[in-house]
Amino acid sequence: MQEQISETGQRKKSDRISDEQPWWDTFPWWGSLIAAILIWMAWQIATRDDYELAWDRIFPGLQVTVIATLQAFAIALVLGLIAGMGQLSRNVVARNLARTYVEFIRGIPILPLIFTVALILVPETTDLINSRLQAWFDWEFKLSFQMRATITLALIYGAYMAEIFRGGIQSIPPGQTEAGRSLGLTGRQTMNYVVLPQAMRAIIPPLGNDFIAILKDTSLLSVLGVLEITQRGRQFSASTFKFREGYFVVSFIYLILTLSLSLLLGVLERRMTRDRKGER
Amino acid sequence: MIKIHGLTKTFDRTIHAVSNVNLHVAEGEVVVIIGPSGSGKSTILRCINLLEIPTEGSVEVDGYELTDPSTNIDHVRAEVGMVFQQFNLFPHLTVMENITLAQRKVRGRNKSEAEEMAIRQLTRVGIPEKADSYPRQLSGGQQQRVAIARSLAMEPRVMLFDEPTSALDPEMVKEVLDVMLELAAGGMTMVVVSHEMGFARAAGDRLVFIDEGEIVESGPPEEIFSNPSNERTRTFFNKILY
Repeated sequence: MQEQISETGQRKKSDRISDEQPWWDTFPWWGSLIAAILIWMAWQIATRDDYELAWDRIFPGLQVTVIATLQAFAIALVLGLIAGMGQLSRNVVARNLARTYVEFIRGIPILPLIFTVALILVPETTDLINSRLQAWFDWEFKLSFQMRATITLALIYGAYMAEIFRGGIQSIPPGQTEAGRSLGLTGRQTMNYVVLPQAMRAIIPPLGNDFIAILKDTSLLSVLGVLEITQRGRQFSASTFKFREGYFVVSFIYLILTLSLSLLLGVLERRMTRDRKGER
Repeated sequence: MIKIHGLTKTFDRTIHAVSNVNLHVAEGEVVVIIGPSGSGKSTILRCINLLEIPTEGSVEVDGYELTDPSTNIDHVRAEVGMVFQQFNLFPHLTVMENITLAQRKVRGRNKSEAEEMAIRQLTRVGIPEKADSYPRQLSGGQQQRVAIARSLAMEPRVMLFDEPTSALDPEMVKEVLDVMLELAAGGMTMVVVSHEMGFARAAGDRLVFIDEGEIVESGPPEEIFSNPSNERTRTFFNKILY
C-alpha cells in the first residue's frame, strides 16, 4: 500500500487504531493452537499402546480428583463466607478471629500445611474426641487421608475466598445498605436481598478461578498416597519406567478439565457483563 | 411528630458536625433545612432515622425515643421514609421489585397487595409504565421519583429528603419537586434538606438555617428570605441568590 501522509498531518492508515484490523490480527490463534495440541495428545493416547496402558491405569483417578475438588470447594465456600462476613462484622471478636484465620493460613505454603493438618492436627484432635467417644459410645471416629487433605485445601481456599467475599461486599456502595435499612429491612435482610445479590457479580469470577486452582491443587493429595490422577501417574511411571507416557496422560487429563472450565467461566463472565451494561 | 433535643454529633471525637440542636416538627409540617455545605444539615436528617447515631441528646419520632436501646429501630425506620441525593435504588431489581421488597419483608404484604400498592405509588409520581424497567434504564429524575414511590409504598408517617435534587440534571429538577409539592399539599410530615428556594417558598411551613452545626435562624420561609435577622443568614443568601 502506498504511504500517504496528508498535509494536515493526518496519520497514515496503517497507524490508525480502529476496528478495521485485518482478520488475522484479531483471530484467536492461541485457541486453535491449544485445540491442535490437545487433538494431537488425544491421538497419541488413542493410537499408541503404551499411552493407552497409561490411560487405563490413570483415568480411574479422575473420580477421586473430582470428588476432592467438589468437597474442598464446598467447604471452602462456607469457610470463606463466614470468614469474609466475619471480617466485616461489627463484633470485635468475630472480626479479629476471622482476620487471624485469613492471615495465618495465607502465610503457610500448601504442602507443609497438608502435612501439618494430616499428620499432626487431625490425629491429635481425633484422639481427643475418640477418648470421649470410646468411653461413652464404644465407637471410634476416623478421617481418611483423602478427607484430611481435602480439609486442608478447604482451609486454605477458605482464607482466599474470605478475601473475595469481603472485597465483593465492600464494593457495594454504602448507600445501598442505607437505603435498605431506611426502608425498615433488618441488617440481615439488607445483606441477603440487597448487598449479596449485587456482590455476587464481583464474587463469581474469582470464585471460578479458585475452583480451577483447587482442581489443580488436588494433585497435592498424592503426597499422602491418595489415589487421584497424579498419584496414579506416579505409580504407573514408577512401576513401568514409562515416565513420558505417565505424565503425558496426567497432563492431558488436567488440561482437558481446566481448559473446559475456564471456557465455561468465560462464557458466564461475558453473560454477566452483558447483563450489567449501563448499570451505574 | 419529631422532637430533637440537645442533639450533638461528633465524628472522631473532635469534629463537631452538629452541636446542641433543638428542633420540633409537628404532624403535617414541612420543614426545609438550608445551610452551607458541611454545616451539618444532612447529619441532622440522618440522625432522625439513626443512619447516624447521636453522640448526645435525644431524638423522638412518633413517640419512640430512638436512642433508647429498647426501641426497635427497624420498626421506626419503616415509618420514616428517606430519599437520598444519589437515589440509591437497587440496581439488580426492577422498579416493581424495588418498591415491593420492603413491603413484603417488613410489612408482610403478599405479592399482589404489594404490587397493587407499587402501581398506586408509581401512578402518584407519574411513571406507572416504568414498573418493569431496571433503574439503569431510567433518567435521573425518573429514578428519584421511583425512590420516592418506594418510600411512600411503606406508608410512612414522616418523609426525609436529603438533597433530593442535587444530583439531577437541571431539566429534571422540576418533575421531582412537583411530586414533593403534591406530597406536602397532601399533609405529609416532611423534613427536607435542599437549596431549592422555590420549593421552600411554595411548600415550606418553616425554614431552618444551619451553620457550623447550629441552628442560626428559623421561621416562615417568606420572612427569612425577605428579612433575615442574622448576619450569617444574610451572607449565605448573598452567596446563593442573584
